[in-house]
Amino acid sequence: MITIVDYKAGNLTSVERAIKTLGRPARISADPDQVARAERIIFPGVGAAGQAMDELKRTGLDQALQEVVARGRPVLGICIGCQIIMDESEENRTSCLGLIKGQTLAFPDPLLDPDGRRLKVPHMGWNGIRFTREHPLFNGLDPAAEFYFVHGYYTRPRDEEAVIGLTGYGIEFPSVIGRENLVAVQFHVEKSGRPGLAVLANFVDWRP
Amino acid sequence: MLSKRIIPCLDVREGKTTKGIKFKNNVDIGDPVEMARFYYQAGADELVFYDITASAEARNIMLEVVRRVAETIFIPFSVGGGIKTVEEMRAVLLAGAEKVSLNSPAVRNPEIITQGARAFGSQAIVVGMDVKKVAPTRALPSGYEIYINGGRKAMGLDALAWAKKVQDLGAGEICLNSIDADGTKEGYEMELTSLICEAVSIPVIASGGAGEPRHIVEVLTRAGADAALIASMTHYGTYTVTQIKDACAEAGVKVRQVW
Repeated sequence: MITIVDYKAGNLTSVERAIKTLGRPARISADPDQVARAERIIFPGVGAAGQAMDELKRTGLDQALQEVVARGRPVLGICIGCQIIMDESEENRTSCLGLIKGQTLAFPDPLLDPDGRRLKVPHMGWNGIRFTREHPLFNGLDPAAEFYFVHGYYTRPRDEEAVIGLTGYGIEFPSVIGRENLVAVQFHVEKSGRPGLAVLANFVDWRP
Repeated sequence: MLSKRIIPCLDVREGKTTKGIKFKNNVDIGDPVEMARFYYQAGADELVFYDITASAEARNIMLEVVRRVAETIFIPFSVGGGIKTVEEMRAVLLAGAEKVSLNSPAVRNPEIITQGARAFGSQAIVVGMDVKKVAPTRALPSGYEIYINGGRKAMGLDALAWAKKVQDLGAGEICLNSIDADGTKEGYEMELTSLICEAVSIPVIASGGAGEPRHIVEVLTRAGADAALIASMTHYGTYTVTQIKDACAEAGVKVRQVW
C-alpha cells in the first residue's frame, strides 16, 4: 500500500490515479499515525512553502514524516514535497523538515539563457535531466526523456552526494535529490507521460 | 533547456468533440476521451478542451469527460469555455484538469482572474484572448481589439493593454487566438503574437491559423511563442504531432521527442 500524504497542498488525486494505473493500491491520508507507520510514502504538493509547513506542523504530519524516513521506508517527494524536505526555504523564509541538508532558493532575477535573453519564472513545461549518478528510480529510462515542471524555487543540497540529477534553465539546478530511502523530484511525475509513470513504477518496486 | 510545447485543442459540445478526427485505425472520432488518449500516445505535450456547451446540465457532462480524461492521460490539460466563478474552476481542477482557461467571463469580470490565481495559483489560470486586427485609434492604439462570445462581440478593449492587465491580475499564461487567422491554415498572426510575447513575461500559447509544420516553427521562433495550439491540421490526419516536432527539431527548436 502506498500512502499519499494529504496536507491540503493541491489536488492529490492525480498522483493516486497514476499509481492506480500501475495496478497498485494507494490511499490518501492526513493521519499522522498512518503516515508514520506507512509501508511506502509519496509526499506530493503544489503551493507555497510557508503554508505547507504550517499545515504539516499543525497536524503533526511533520513528525510523522521524520519518523517514516527514520524507519527506512521508501519516501518520494514531489515538487513542494521536494522543496520542503530541505532545512529551509527562501519562499516565505520558511524553516522546513531538514531531511536533506541545504536550502530551497528562488531562481535568480533576472534569469538569463546562454544568449542573454530573459527567461520566464516560474519554470513551466517539459525539460530534461542530466544524471550525476545512477538511481534505481530512473532504471530503464531513455536519457532523453523529459518531465513536466512548474516551479519558481529549486533545492540546493549542501552535500554533493545528495544530488542525483540536474536540469538546465538559465542555471543548472538539482531536479532529483535524495539519500538512502528518501528521493525527491522537482517535476510532476504524475503529469510527465509514460516516462513519469515509469519513474513511479520504479518507485513502487524500490527496495532501498 | 525548456521545450516548446505542441498543444492540440479539442472543441467539446455536450460531451462529444465537434470536429471529428479521421484516423486510419478509425477510433470513435466523437469521443473526447479517445481523442485525448490518441494525442497522449502521439506525443502531444499538453491538451486543451474547449467546452462550447451552454446549458447547466451539459456542464456536468463536461466534468465527467474531464474525470475520464484524467484517468486516461498523464500529461497536463486545461479546460475552458464559459467558466465564470471560482467554484466552477474548482470543480474542473478537482475533476483532474491542470489548468482552467478563462475567456469571455474574464473580460466581463477581470476580478475572477485574481480570485482564481489566489485560490489555485497562477500556474492554474490561463486567460484566453480572442483578437481581431482593427485600425489603430486612441482607444485601440495597438490596432488589435479584444472580442468575446466566440468572436461575435467587440469590446473596445485594446489587446496589448489587456494582455499586460491579465498578467498583473495573476494570469499564469495567455492563450492568444487570432480571429483573422483562425481557420485560414495560412499561418499564425505573426505580428500580433510578437507584439504580445514582447510585452508580457508569462508564457504565450499562439492559436489560430496553423496549417503546416512550418507555421508552427515560425511562431515558436520568429514570434517568440512558448507553445503552439493546433487543431484541424492533426485532427484530420493531414499531419502528425511527430511530423510537427521533427520540423521543429530540424529548425533548431527544442521540443520533447521521447514520450
